[in-house]
Amino acid sequence: MAINFVLNGETRSEETVSPTRTVLEYLREDARLTGTKEGCAEGDCGACTVVMVRNGTDETVAVNSCLLTMGQLDGADLVTVEGLSEEDGTLEAVQQAVVDEDGTQCGFCTPGFVMALHALRRSDETVTEDVIHDALAGNLCRCTGYRSIVAAARAACAQPVGDDALDVSDITASEHVSVDDQLFLAPANLADLVASRVAHPDAPLLSGGTDLGLRFSKERESYPVVIFTQNVAELKQVAEDDAALTIGAAVTYTEVLARIEDLYPSFATLIHRIGSRQIRNVGTIGGNIGNASPIGDTPPCLIALDATLVLHGSKGGREIPLESYFLDYRKTDLAGYEVIASVRVPKLTDGQVFRSYKISKRYDQDISAVVGAFRLTIEDGVVTDARIAFGGMAAIPKRAAACEAALVGQTWSEEAARQAGAAVGEDFAPIDDHRASADYRLRVASNLFVRLYRDLDGASDVEVMAL
Amino acid sequence: MSTDTDIRGAVHTNVRHDSGHGHVTGKARYIDDMPVLPGTVEIVLVTSPHAHAAIKSIDVAAALAADGVRGVLTADDIPGHNDIGPIFEGEPVLAAGVADYAGAPIVAVAADSFDQAFAAAGQVEIEYEVLPAVLEIEDALEQELYTYPPQIMTYGDPDSALDGAARRIKGELRCGGQDHFYLESNIALAVPRDDGDLDVHSSTQHPSEVQHGVAHVLGMPTNAITVEVRRMGGGFGGKESQPTIIAAIAGLVANHTGLPAKLRLRRDDDMIVTGKRHDFLFRYDVGFDDDGRISGVDILMGMRSGNVADLSPGVLARALCHADNCYYLPNARLSGYPCKTNTVSNTAFRGFGGPQGMIVIEAILEHIARENGQTLDHVRAVNYYGTEDRNVTPYEQTVKDNIIVPLVERLQSEVDFDGMSRAADEFNASHETLKKGVALMPVKFGISFNTPKLNQAGALVHVYADGSVHLNHGGTEMGQGLFTKVAQVVASVFQIDLDNIKISATRTDKVPNTSATAASSGSDLNGMAAFNAATAIKGRMAQVAADHFDTDVDAIEFRQNRVYAGNESLSFSELAEETYNQRVQLSEAGFYSTPGLHWNAKKLVGNPFYYFTYGAAIAEVLIDTLTGESRVLRADILQDCGSSLNPAIDIGQIEGAFVQGQGWLTSEELVWNDRGQLLTHGPSTYKIPGSRDVPPVFNVHLLEDAPNRVPTVFHSKAVGEPPLMLAISVWLAIRDAVSRIGDNRLVPKLDAPATPEAILAAVEDIQARSGA
Repeated sequence: MAINFVLNGETRSEETVSPTRTVLEYLREDARLTGTKEGCAEGDCGACTVVMVRNGTDETVAVNSCLLTMGQLDGADLVTVEGLSEEDGTLEAVQQAVVDEDGTQCGFCTPGFVMALHALRRSDETVTEDVIHDALAGNLCRCTGYRSIVAAARAACAQPVGDDALDVSDITASEHVSVDDQLFLAPANLADLVASRVAHPDAPLLSGGTDLGLRFSKERESYPVVIFTQNVAELKQVAEDDAALTIGAAVTYTEVLARIEDLYPSFATLIHRIGSRQIRNVGTIGGNIGNASPIGDTPPCLIALDATLVLHGSKGGREIPLESYFLDYRKTDLAGYEVIASVRVPKLTDGQVFRSYKISKRYDQDISAVVGAFRLTIEDGVVTDARIAFGGMAAIPKRAAACEAALVGQTWSEEAARQAGAAVGEDFAPIDDHRASADYRLRVASNLFVRLYRDLDGASDVEVMAL
Repeated sequence: MSTDTDIRGAVHTNVRHDSGHGHVTGKARYIDDMPVLPGTVEIVLVTSPHAHAAIKSIDVAAALAADGVRGVLTADDIPGHNDIGPIFEGEPVLAAGVADYAGAPIVAVAADSFDQAFAAAGQVEIEYEVLPAVLEIEDALEQELYTYPPQIMTYGDPDSALDGAARRIKGELRCGGQDHFYLESNIALAVPRDDGDLDVHSSTQHPSEVQHGVAHVLGMPTNAITVEVRRMGGGFGGKESQPTIIAAIAGLVANHTGLPAKLRLRRDDDMIVTGKRHDFLFRYDVGFDDDGRISGVDILMGMRSGNVADLSPGVLARALCHADNCYYLPNARLSGYPCKTNTVSNTAFRGFGGPQGMIVIEAILEHIARENGQTLDHVRAVNYYGTEDRNVTPYEQTVKDNIIVPLVERLQSEVDFDGMSRAADEFNASHETLKKGVALMPVKFGISFNTPKLNQAGALVHVYADGSVHLNHGGTEMGQGLFTKVAQVVASVFQIDLDNIKISATRTDKVPNTSATAASSGSDLNGMAAFNAATAIKGRMAQVAADHFDTDVDAIEFRQNRVYAGNESLSFSELAEETYNQRVQLSEAGFYSTPGLHWNAKKLVGNPFYYFTYGAAIAEVLIDTLTGESRVLRADILQDCGSSLNPAIDIGQIEGAFVQGQGWLTSEELVWNDRGQLLTHGPSTYKIPGSRDVPPVFNVHLLEDAPNRVPTVFHSKAVGEPPLMLAISVWLAIRDAVSRIGDNRLVPKLDAPATPEAILAAVEDIQARSGA
């Protein structure tokens, strides 16, 4: 089967393009649409931003075309910078605002900014300064200093979208794409996903592709078979009952953010700092767990929240605590015949509080030096239960047992928090790397207990972005 | 030079960037966007993984036999000279015999596709003998390893001044390097022409240097190579000398294969292979009196030159020439050591040593203030250059245009610095975790290349018989709006609307022997060359008009797209046609050289700068004493642009420079491992500022009614680099916040960049020392 999609309103059917070719390379080299730029090929600079309406949805989202594979385009609508202005040359509102506000200098990042803001303008969000920065966190500009671009965002988003809504096509995705000797499997249900996994145990599972995509864009790797999980209906479910929120493994951060905001607002704040909108629009919590990175941001939070993983395989399903999933550096408990189906996150009960903190060199779109996640149960001023986990402190996301032990049974006070923090050295022996030294990681992890106390105590100055 | 704003796009008006529309539609074409010629090969480099290693053997057989491969070239395949040193000889394109930094290109693999070249590059086998590597500035200083001789600038009698000083302090400071992170990485496309000549499309700030470099490597005369650049996706100095390496390799492959050859460095390679801003180690010794006035300084600057000199001599000279910033140093020894290390050769970066020179003197003044228990404001006030006396720099140039005191006063009349400082104290007293700091930063920056010969420029202006104008000059467009500004100059000379001026790509066959578009000099030099060209044509056209109207040439006036003689007039296009009909030349090559410059590079004295530009900034920051995270809350800037050619473009330059400087001093950290390999080679690990990092209150103003006192083009002033140094206010404000924890008497131990880790360490140190 070919890859079928709509590009700037024109239906395309590509029969010879590799399903793991990046959309950016397809646009620039095959379609000769060179407005979309490569700045980094790792999903960080945003120069390659395009807007996509994924199969089966009407959500217009910005994505990094450098990490997006052609297989993921099957059944989707795609808009590039070339598709924005009207035929008579009239500029789209964002384009015009960027020109009017002197928002371009060298111009190389500009198409990406325009597309990111185009997606924002088309969303139904209330556009505040914070939302603009959130929408631009995935776009780097080295010339302007951003002030003019933010002004353009404000101006363009103040204008009504009008009737230029996207005419979404009704192309549907295929369950597999086969080009030359490459197979791109896109099962539609869990049983077929498991069957694909069993048939091709060495094939990588591709969800959002925000991590795996680097193997195509930068490492130039090729796989005979890739299994795509985004079309699996069961994996796209979000369910909530009295006890827990269950998030399908292929649900994107963006799709689940509102639910998390309601239930665990501190976790939602942290998720806003994972990658960028371009990343979160395709990246999934299942993927963040599945790749077992020691610096993934959600696992420590989910471990602290006592989440469990629901795994499905040819031998049936099982549910395991998330913390037991991570065995060692990039090693997990997932069998070759299994997939992650969902993650089940218990709701907070009376007396429970949850906070998560991320420390990195830059606030937005940076990889953590340290993530600390804390779920405390405080009854009558005494800590009766503590689940505390850290990322960036070990080869896997890991609980801080000594810190927990130091807290439980203590009267909750800054001194108690400080003493618990002093125990991080018993729990962790982090490494030096380019993000931070081991010493800094230990100090910060320890100090986060003080932040936690002050935060729960209602201090107004919890972190620099609070003011 | 009077102007008339009745035309569209005159000088001193806010004209939009000429490519703005092309930028937002994606139609503005960069080199990688050009349609690919049939047969074009892509090049992938094989680079050294070792910081220092002898290359024992290179086996290219397997790579050469791989699919699609058209050539696998090493230093042995270079027909001319394996040397692209911009100042000194002996700087290789491809490492020969020895690789002296991790990332040094050794082999160029060319194939029909990038993937084929990438795959084949993995099959090149190189045998190395790893040699001891020098990776730190201290080690190079210790071993006296330099890429060229140290430069010592001496003024007065520093030793006696220090010995006789009432008070004396010493200190040490470091500032980090900085990757340019232009969004468009380095790229060149070389296309063979007749007789083995090459057309080279290069993303370069210095087409002439690329032309010379490619010709030199290929053993050809300069006239065999033509270089063109329409626009760059950012430069910032990173495309001053570095593109020569890229273009020389593309040229080598094109010459060898006879095929068009493209080398586009992917981001990681770009960051690993090419040079950056120099990191510095400073040691200072300063004598002063009870009032804080400096009597003598001795500053050692250990600069990381890297494996070769490249542009380091210029950078170091500028660092030495800016270690005074706005202050009179009656006795000074400024010693610059260009340390030779087994790391990539550092290169030009916006400010070109100026930021490094300034940061140390600011740290010294801050140290004096804390030592004396005075405000930094006070210490500055007693040290500022005078206007009548105390106005000679350590390099013996007299500062004749000093306006720093009124400029700072003007900024402080808009921004209540003392009030902000008191508010910070109040905030800090009532907040446990977060602490505020504020700081002001004055800047004086010398305009002109330190090397006098570079201060020349050419332009080529054609008026066609229909009255449309073609403009070309030696300056390059990297986003800074140079093309727009120079077109405004020509429009203003002819008094015609800007849209009659066609802006064209920079080409070495149109304007030869150009200097880099660098040193903030682009509009000063090229604007003046274009002004001279247009003025010459206008003079000839005026004579034709005078003949036509049978009047004196003095009676001819160009105004609002027409040419008047009293009440009679012709349109500009009618006069152009008449000029053609009269067989009078409508084309002119303009030239300009900056007057009055001289520089003794041995003694480090002279008059290197045509004028100085001034600015000041006030920054307010917040730091987290538990994590070291920081945030800039507010910045207010007043910048002297003379009579700005285009205030909107200048404000964009100031904002962009400030944020770039903020990045250098806060989040941008280059990290190498102990084998000399760069670990931060992509945006996932190297963090330039994002939109949220820009101060939420960010007020930028140009100093009004301040025309340049020397006759620059329409009395404007250069703008590209100076505002970057205003961001030192952010670093000083962070130090201020840290120092306030210790009641302002202790000097924070905080280098640059002030990352969260560095700030937390400084906070904990000052807490420990002060008992806070």
